[in-house]
Amino acid sequence: MIQLERVSKSYSTGSPALDNVSLHIKKGEFVFIVGDSGSGKSTLIKLLLRELLPTSGRVVVNGSDVARLKRRQVPKFRRCLGIVFQDFRLLNDRNVYENVAFAQRVIQMPTKSMRRNVPNALAMVGLAGKYKAKTRQLSGGEQQRVALARALVNEPPILLADEPTGNLDPKNSWEIMQLLERINQEKGTTILVVTHNREIVNAMQKRVITMKKGVIISDEEKGGYIDED
Amino acid sequence: MRISTFFYTLKQGNINIFRNKLFSLASIATISACLFLFGLFYAVIVNFQHVIKTAEQGVSVTVFFKDGTSQEEMEQIGEQIRGRSEVADAVFVSADEAWAQWAPENIGEDYDEIYSENPLAGMDNYEIYMKDVSQQENLVTWLESIPQVDSVEHSEVAATTLTGVNALVAYVSVGIIAILLAVSIFLINNTVMIGISVRKEEIEIMKYIGATDFFVRSPFVVEGILIGLIGSVIPLVVIYLIYVRAIYYVAIQFPSLAGLLSFLPVSEVYRTLVPISLGLGAGIGFLGSFITVRKHLRV
Repeated sequence: MIQLERVSKSYSTGSPALDNVSLHIKKGEFVFIVGDSGSGKSTLIKLLLRELLPTSGRVVVNGSDVARLKRRQVPKFRRCLGIVFQDFRLLNDRNVYENVAFAQRVIQMPTKSMRRNVPNALAMVGLAGKYKAKTRQLSGGEQQRVALARALVNEPPILLADEPTGNLDPKNSWEIMQLLERINQEKGTTILVVTHNREIVNAMQKRVITMKKGVIISDEEKGGYIDED
Repeated sequence: MRISTFFYTLKQGNINIFRNKLFSLASIATISACLFLFGLFYAVIVNFQHVIKTAEQGVSVTVFFKDGTSQEEMEQIGEQIRGRSEVADAVFVSADEAWAQWAPENIGEDYDEIYSENPLAGMDNYEIYMKDVSQQENLVTWLESIPQVDSVEHSEVAATTLTGVNALVAYVSVGIIAILLAVSIFLINNTVMIGISVRKEEIEIMKYIGATDFFVRSPFVVEGILIGLIGSVIPLVVIYLIYVRAIYYVAIQFPSLAGLLSFLPVSEVYRTLVPISLGLGAGIGFLGSFITVRKHLRV
């Protein structure tokens, strides 16, 4: 589902953000990517989103070699990815329903189907009753659920979550992770979570890829958070 | 594009205007100010051109025929004159008509008692009025080459002066309009840029979700066009009121000028000014939003 073959990414100055990284994530896997700031996690996510192109090597996502995609093919490619950010990135001038429906509008889903899919996605994240609320009226945990519903409403095969619990308290963090696990199990969605949250990583007992200075230093099934000190 | 997407785009464009009230007002004010100056300048220029045109139409070329030229030949030449593109009209004045017009004013009502015969006999002529006075010299050369033509009377000074003024007005108009448009585009681009950088994040979210450039851009473009249209209607209304009042004021306060200066009716000025202003407003709004959004689409 996701494959990196000897991928390096260098910016104009300094050492490479990713240095000869190879990894393979199978369909339906739940994977944590952990590491300190500057370890290359964000660059990895940006490569998967095709926001950046690799300096060398090959990045294949859902069968598409991202470097070979033409600019006009990128929107369609991104529709196979659900994305959740640390800062939620909701459209704050619209209500909960509109935020989730927006992802459906982007793929030009017929209104009739949209009226069925959006409430289903909101029900999945436990926010069916708050569809009229403005996003600013919601708690952090609720906003992240809206972001999750938006990421899932188009039923993407892959979900990328970049520090999804970074702005949340422990209780909400747990709820979000449990939700992700349920989605992974029930829908078979491949989930890639970039996180700093040691407790969650240790408790979830999922595959953990640890990065440091642009290199994968550990890749363990049912792994834990590795202290780099 | 689905019909629902089309209506969604229109709706979002409308909503965006109200959502970003301050930005919308700033953009509308900028476009209005620029198009107000443009409209005002346009109204002055077309009236000025109208005055010159009226003066041009007063400038005539008179053609006299040699003795022995038959009425039929004169009529044929008249048709050829009227057929020329630079000629607005050619009026035949027979010698008797010329005498009947001239004599009462210059000799007195009893002129036919003093002169038993028409002293202007053989002075049949055409009075030719020009569409374009700058072509007068060409016409005169052509007329003088006709064998039946005896002489051609014309005022070279009037033609040259009017042609010069016309050219000067054209150059000045093009220059000032170009400066006004450049200033408008600069101001509008800045205003739109400020407005859109506020919404940079919104554009980024759309792109991450998989929105095409067209889908992201359309509501902004609709918004830009609407702002441009509103921004062009306001100066049109203001200039209309000013124009009507100005004509009235000149007519009342300076009746002597009213005879010299014939203003174009507002309807005639607006027949051209309305489509130009609306086109410029919509065009500036379209270009401003299109170009500025493009800068943020590379996500």
